[in-house]
Amino acid sequence: MKKLILAIALLLPSLAFAAGSKHPLDDADYDLTDKASLQNGARIFMNYCLGCHQQQYQRYSRTFADLDIPEEIGQEYLQFTGEKVTDYITTPMPVDASATWFGAPPPDLTLVARVRGADWIYTYLRTFYVDDSKTFGVNNLTFPNVGMPHVLQELQGTPRISYEDALIDGETVKRYVGIQSDGDGELSPDEYNKAILDLVNYLQYTGEPSRLGSEKIGKGVLVFIFIFFIFAYLLKKDYWRGVKK
Amino acid sequence: MSNVSADANQSASNEQPQSSNRRKFLTVATSVIGGVGAVGAAIPFVASWNPSAKAKAAGADIEVDISGVAPGQLIRVMWRSKPVWIVRRTPELLASLEGIEDQLRDPSSEQEQQPAYAQNRYRSIKEEYLVLVGICTHLGCSPQHLTEGAFAEYAEGVPEGFFCPCHGSKFDMAGRVFQGVPAPLNLVVPPYQFLTDTTLLIGSDA
Amino acid sequence: MNGFLNWIEQRIPMMRVANMHAIQYPAPVNMNFWYVFGFLATIVLVNQIVTGVWLTMNFEPSAERAFFSVEYIMREIDFGWLIRYMHSTGASAFFIVVYMHMFRGMIYGSYQKPRELLWVFGMLIYLALMAEAFMGYVLPWGQMSYWGAQVIVSLFSAIPVIGPDLVIWIQGDYVISGATLNRFFALHVIALPLVIVILVFLHIIALHEVGSNNPDGIAIKHKKGSLAEEDKTKYKIHEYYTDKYDIADDVVPFFPHIVLKDLVAFSIFLGVFSYIMFFAPEMGGYFLEHPNFEIANPLKTPEHIFPVWYFTPFYAILKAVPDKLFGVLAMFGAIAALFALPWVDRGSVRSWRYRSGLHTWNLIIFAIVFIFLGYLGGTPQADWKIVASQILTVMYFGFFGLLWIYSKNETTKPVPERITK
Repeated sequence: MKKLILAIALLLPSLAFAAGSKHPLDDADYDLTDKASLQNGARIFMNYCLGCHQQQYQRYSRTFADLDIPEEIGQEYLQFTGEKVTDYITTPMPVDASATWFGAPPPDLTLVARVRGADWIYTYLRTFYVDDSKTFGVNNLTFPNVGMPHVLQELQGTPRISYEDALIDGETVKRYVGIQSDGDGELSPDEYNKAILDLVNYLQYTGEPSRLGSEKIGKGVLVFIFIFFIFAYLLKKDYWRGVKK
Repeated sequence: MSNVSADANQSASNEQPQSSNRRKFLTVATSVIGGVGAVGAAIPFVASWNPSAKAKAAGADIEVDISGVAPGQLIRVMWRSKPVWIVRRTPELLASLEGIEDQLRDPSSEQEQQPAYAQNRYRSIKEEYLVLVGICTHLGCSPQHLTEGAFAEYAEGVPEGFFCPCHGSKFDMAGRVFQGVPAPLNLVVPPYQFLTDTTLLIGSDA
Repeated sequence: MNGFLNWIEQRIPMMRVANMHAIQYPAPVNMNFWYVFGFLATIVLVNQIVTGVWLTMNFEPSAERAFFSVEYIMREIDFGWLIRYMHSTGASAFFIVVYMHMFRGMIYGSYQKPRELLWVFGMLIYLALMAEAFMGYVLPWGQMSYWGAQVIVSLFSAIPVIGPDLVIWIQGDYVISGATLNRFFALHVIALPLVIVILVFLHIIALHEVGSNNPDGIAIKHKKGSLAEEDKTKYKIHEYYTDKYDIADDVVPFFPHIVLKDLVAFSIFLGVFSYIMFFAPEMGGYFLEHPNFEIANPLKTPEHIFPVWYFTPFYAILKAVPDKLFGVLAMFGAIAALFALPWVDRGSVRSWRYRSGLHTWNLIIFAIVFIFLGYLGGTPQADWKIVASQILTVMYFGFFGLLWIYSKNETTKPVPERITK
């Protein structure tokens, strides 16, 4: 088994390049109105992501206010760095050091959902798999050769990739089947998917905090414009009645 | 041939006299709705001039450790981008606040320039500690703290006080304004509270 | 009150201008929905100026702070997100209405004599608008801002001899940098808007001098004394027009008739505009491109770079030509050809309603070619696309070539004397 993985792992860089990052993306069915999901997402972010990734455009206070988290609770359970609730969500890790450790500085994640899309993040965080040839012992199907350890492994358990032999055009080819956890994580597969979805939901929120309120305003504005349209149309009709074209 | 009214500037049409009321109503209704819409469209532009989250963060409450302030010393801290003075007043200084009432505009702090808990002779929660916003109530300069009798030059018999270099306004060591100067009101006492005996929270009261 | 108004009128002729250009301006009665886009373009221009002024209040034009300040506007200013989305949606909306406006001019022959200068002013506005939009897109200093600027500025390096030095001069540095950002900011917020406003003013003055065209392409102004009294319009038209011409009974006053029609169109437009702003401001990555939410990184080019959708037809033409210099020439030639339209078309019948079937098809195919070029310029490169964009580039220029040939001796339908008869 190990040999097989190794063989695939060695093959994979070229494979991955050939295929680009064309692993099909799963649909992230997030819900910005689900405050519990957003809060859990924030919790996961602060606990697992913030060690390396910042959200330097967002303040803790904004996150707490938008997610209905009382400031005292937020500061106690979610804010591990900085002193003030109005601080930006930054990591104490120096950028230079992290660039040396990971090859590139870990990107800021405030806007990651607007850059990559929710589906991409949702798939990415669920397609890590054990690959001993890599520095961090893992590789990723969605982002091949990513320079990031699988920080959520304690939640997911050890993820193993599996292939099956398939006969395509008379040749035996390894076909990707899926990624399975060894079951040594804190969460079941379903719970893990849900946790990732909550995290995606949170990242989607931080990408565009205004979205929480914009659609509500938008509906009012559209109704108003429609009423204006009716009156403008009737008035126009009235003036044009009898004008022969 | 179009059959429009001969006088287009008279908005009513000859052929449809019954439409004139309808037209009047529609014109008014459309104008009113359009006007409401214009006001609504102005809201974001007006609102965007409010203090931003950054300004509000800078205006948040601040904690000040006053354990190191010696008697007679004045320290300056920044609160909402304004200087706030904290003075540890000596007993002699407190004594000097009495007996000068007739020189002051508002000796008993009747104007609302301080929270209710600071509306006393010393304009403070604890007599010893004076907390003031260091901005002259005249035109916004920051007055100087004159000590060791230097203030007597401006106010006879008062050894220490605040003197505004811009237009010569004078205040005593409780921030009370003297008569005959341009500043109309006493200096502002911000909302504050003692978190511990040696820690002040400026910006909100208990 | 009247005395006061007279006092003003004697010093600045407000009522006379209002009468001449709106209340007593003769507008053809048959103007259809194609004729609302000029009005909408004006509205969008006002929107861009007002929201732009407001964005300037918080934007910081430096390589270090630009990206941050945009997010600051999006998050920390009350309604900053809405003002920013009004501006970004407005940019795309501007090009949508301008393209519709231009195509209207093409199908109804609004560029023909005597409206050549009107068309040229319009094209100058379009050109200034492209420069304005390009520089505006650089300001958020995202990945697309940076690399888009890199590609577009590099176009100038194709110019023989002086090209490479010219690029460095434009950039103010050896790469796109804070210096570039700063000068683009100055041009974007002051210089080009001023140019555009002046050109729009000239465009409207020229329009009111020659008069509005209409879907039939028939003049509403007739030679003085040529119309019988009952054929003249019964509306009060300003002497400026009636002194020189007989105005046929084919017109309505611009105000209120046309203004009300424009108002209806405006409310529909505003509905669509608001929907995008509040529900889909990125418009699927077309109005705000995904990579632009990542701060500019001079060390890493995004996987695919495209200009924003409104430039992609010309970008496709650039990519279609395998030679750098000729590619750039082809791209600018595509714009120059539009400038020359009034002289390429040698016909005298304006509207496609009375021109040959060939002309109609030529116009329709041109529109399709333009849209398809836009698609090719805005999607990742593929082998078939190179061939396709080459064919379409030929077809793009073919439109002008064909028009020049057939318009000389075109079989046209008889044009009526009057619109309403």
